[in-house]
Amino acid sequence: MSNEEIGKSRRKFIKKAATVGSLLVTTSLFTPFNAVVYAVERPKDPSKTWWGYGIDIEKCIGCGRCANACKTENNIPKQPFYFRTWVEQYTIKNDGTVKVESPNGGIDGFVQSVPPEDIFKAFFVPKLCNHCYKSPCVQACPVGATYETPDGVVMVDETYCIGCRYCVQACPYGCRYINPAKNVADKCTLCYHRISKGKTTACVEVCPTHARILGNLNDPKSPLVKFMKEHTCLVLKPHLNTGSKCFYNALSGEVR
Amino acid sequence: MEQNFQHLYDMLSQVQGFIYPNELDLQWGLLIVLYPYITGLVAGAFILASLERVFNVKVLGPTYQLALLTALAFLLVATMPLVSHLGHPERFYEILMTPHSTSAMAIFGFVYLWYLMVVLLLEIWFDYRQDIVIWSKETKGFKGRIYKILTLGVTDLSPSTIKWDDKIGYFITVVGIPSAFMLHGYVGFIFGSIKANPWWSTVLMPVIFLFSAMVSGIALVLFIYMAVSFFRKQKIDMPALDSIAKFLFYILVIDFTMEGLDQIHRIYEAEESFEILFLLVHGPLFLTLFVFQIFLGTVVPLISLGTLQLYKPSEKIRKIIYLSCSLLVLFGIFFMRWNVVIGGQLFSKSFYGFTGYKLHLLGSEGFLFSIIWVIIPFFILAFLLWLLPPWKKVGQHENN
Amino acid sequence: MPPQLKRLIPLFAIFIFLFLAARSFLVPKSFGEQGHYRFNSIAENKEKAMIYAGKEACDDCHSDRIQEMETDLHKGISCETCHGPGSAHIANPDSIKPMIPKGRDFCGMCHSLNPSRSKLVHQVDLKEHNVTENCIECHNPHLPCQMKK
Ligand code: HEC
Ligand code: HEC
Ligand code: HEC
Ligand code: HEC
Repeated sequence: MSNEEIGKSRRKFIKKAATVGSLLVTTSLFTPFNAVVYAVERPKDPSKTWWGYGIDIEKCIGCGRCANACKTENNIPKQPFYFRTWVEQYTIKNDGTVKVESPNGGIDGFVQSVPPEDIFKAFFVPKLCNHCYKSPCVQACPVGATYETPDGVVMVDETYCIGCRYCVQACPYGCRYINPAKNVADKCTLCYHRISKGKTTACVEVCPTHARILGNLNDPKSPLVKFMKEHTCLVLKPHLNTGSKCFYNALSGEVR
Repeated sequence: MEQNFQHLYDMLSQVQGFIYPNELDLQWGLLIVLYPYITGLVAGAFILASLERVFNVKVLGPTYQLALLTALAFLLVATMPLVSHLGHPERFYEILMTPHSTSAMAIFGFVYLWYLMVVLLLEIWFDYRQDIVIWSKETKGFKGRIYKILTLGVTDLSPSTIKWDDKIGYFITVVGIPSAFMLHGYVGFIFGSIKANPWWSTVLMPVIFLFSAMVSGIALVLFIYMAVSFFRKQKIDMPALDSIAKFLFYILVIDFTMEGLDQIHRIYEAEESFEILFLLVHGPLFLTLFVFQIFLGTVVPLISLGTLQLYKPSEKIRKIIYLSCSLLVLFGIFFMRWNVVIGGQLFSKSFYGFTGYKLHLLGSEGFLFSIIWVIIPFFILAFLLWLLPPWKKVGQHENN
Repeated sequence: MPPQLKRLIPLFAIFIFLFLAARSFLVPKSFGEQGHYRFNSIAENKEKAMIYAGKEACDDCHSDRIQEMETDLHKGISCETCHGPGSAHIANPDSIKPMIPKGRDFCGMCHSLNPSRSKLVHQVDLKEHNVTENCIECHNPHLPCQMKK
């Protein structure tokens, strides 16, 4: 091939490639990829509910009744690998190291294994689904089997879930698991069958110290809004911008 | 339902530090390691084929069809590991019926269909149409009937029609290159877009996946070309082999650079997750990352192929080096996928500890079941080579 | 048009048509009504039975007990925290009895000495505090400050 021919074929190729490329770009303009702004809208109407959750770490006594009640209420396998809510015991030692424990999710209670003289600070952190409104898990579900209800609860459609486990990977808080009996993703529903009938969730019901608060973020008089006004509340892993609606009072920086 | 939880209780003893209680069991096992591995082989093999056609690398002529058929053989099983690992494989159709536009995984079905139906099958069909028509006339019996069906009734062999075969085939290859990039870059995005997981979440993930895909695909074609020539007792076309190896070397350099860049970036930024990732690569992943992926799978082939770019020993030695390099690269890229998929799940998202992974021999996530998906493509390839032998082709596309 | 395309285009058209046809059958009924999910799933999730009845539900029959408890420090604690789920008991009060917690470990879940525990709850060292007897031998579980002996 002479130089001229090569130049010709190259120009031809560039032309073709440019056509294909510009075609791809224009088609992508018509169907914008909206994952970037993925979020569920909070109802503007103040009479509509927008569920949120509060946890007062100062009040939690680590009895684990919440985790126990959750398993009973929602018929979760009793094996210690499946939890919709659980309690972690954080112990920060004088040397700065952090020890975290959660034997059986706290259902059997806790013992402190670090001798008291070594402890700088120790506390319990209850965990549950944060019912994020920019949920990474809902964003990741390929088929629409997990969704956020109009009142802000993230749920799973167990008749539709294909069990790909992508949502389990996407949840930064480890709040999802695969239900071994149903082979579908499973998670906290905020006891939707209870809260939609005016009852509170099982975990809030049994909490002896009112360390757990369920409330409507859209209602200025709800206990949750009051709690958030009176305390400095943080969410877990705020840098991930998940839009978590689970607010912790007295959250220490060590908690992840 | 009676369930055996014993293996999970056994796993509890392997946990180091603290993990969230739901994290004990790894969600994605060997099957999901194979999924990017196999799609990578497809994309890589296809890109090698395109080199010949679109970029006019003539010396690669003898491997063009072989690369295409290899890509097809592996593409046909590419979804199988994914589907068979689902909790409800029978619901797989939902991903095509109601794909969620925000999910990185949802469009896989469409990317796959596009790549299979519009790119690979069509390209092979246009490339072979002339031969299929000829063979359908020459061959009797069952095979002849297959050829008849494969012609799709287009038996016109006039020069203008054959010219169209060529033109459209070329056009499809041009479309195919971005498609192959998309197919595998996209698989990288499935992992790279999980912000919850710092081991996965990097913008470079699609790029790394792409180049490692090319590396593995080229190595696979190199290996298959040598194997097929050996079985057919044919002399290997040394210039073709040399240039495949040259491309393998170049892409390996890029791949290694990209991965190095990613790690250097990670180490220098040393974010919140750095400590746990440091422990990860020096603990549970040490063998598979440093020894298998980096040393055996990358450094050794890089050095030996690099040496051959400067100094050319006898053909026989070169062949041995090419053979062992291609196998090493295939081995290394497998462990690259392993380190990404398994490694990303070994540490807790609390960054306070590790869970373990035990590969079982039996069971739906077990070794034996998974390995089937690597073996089947070779049988498919053997079938395709029997049906569409590149060495019996008469029609050759001219290079535009 | 080249003869190849004359054949391929209808084939692809049929394929796409079949796909769309399958889609109209296979997409479940209420899918997409409110968002990218099956809207009926919300109702299905609502239907599940409640296992825990809530403290108010005990009030119908055990109001004396509830009032009594209001006078002492266990007042904030729901009956079901200690007695376990009560829905089944409410449906069949005579045949199904709720759990009666016994043993030192049970009280210990909230009261055993642990530096992590909030100081809001009084703690005793289970290994020192009247080791020989069960807690409820001395403390009335409903009125914990009231001693039985
Ligand atoms: C429909 C009326 C009714 C309601 C509502 C009710 N109970 Fe009862 N409960 C009874 C009756 C009747 C008995 C038997 C009384 C007896 O044996 O002295 C009983 C007995 C008990 C006992 C003692 C069991 C035993 O073994 O001696 C406990 C504990 C108890 N109830 C707890 C509860 C709790 C907790 C709730 C709320 C969730 C509740 N009950 C709601 C009627 C009721
Ligand atoms: C701190 C845990 C605790 C809470 C909260 C609690 N109970 Fe009990 N309850 C017990 C224990 C322990 C016994 C067993 C007492 C015994 O055997 O002496 C008991 C026994 C009973 C009995 C059996 C009769 C008796 O007096 O022995 C009834 C009825 C009862 N509880 C009702 C209630 C109701 C109604 C509530 C809610 C208002 C409630 N309990 C809250 C711990 C609790
Ligand atoms: C679910 C957690 C829980 C359980 C179980 C529980 N308690 Fe309590 N108890 C509390 C709380 C909360 C208080 C109120 C805070 C405080 O004053 O310590 C309390 C207060 C007390 C007090 C009063 C402490 C004081 O100030 O003098 C006594 C005594 C007591 N409980 C004994 C018991 C006994 C005995 C049992 C077992 C039958 C028991 N508790 C089970 C949570 C619990
Ligand atoms: C022998 C009777 C007896 C037994 C058994 C008993 N206690 Fe006590 N307990 C007492 C007396 C008396 C007091 C009040 C004096 C004191 O503060 O030591 C008390 C006080 C308490 C207090 C309040 C401590 C404080 O700081 O004010 C708690 C909490 C408590 N007991 C819990 C328990 C628990 C939990 C058990 C079972 C593990 C238990 N008790 C068993 C007699 C008993």
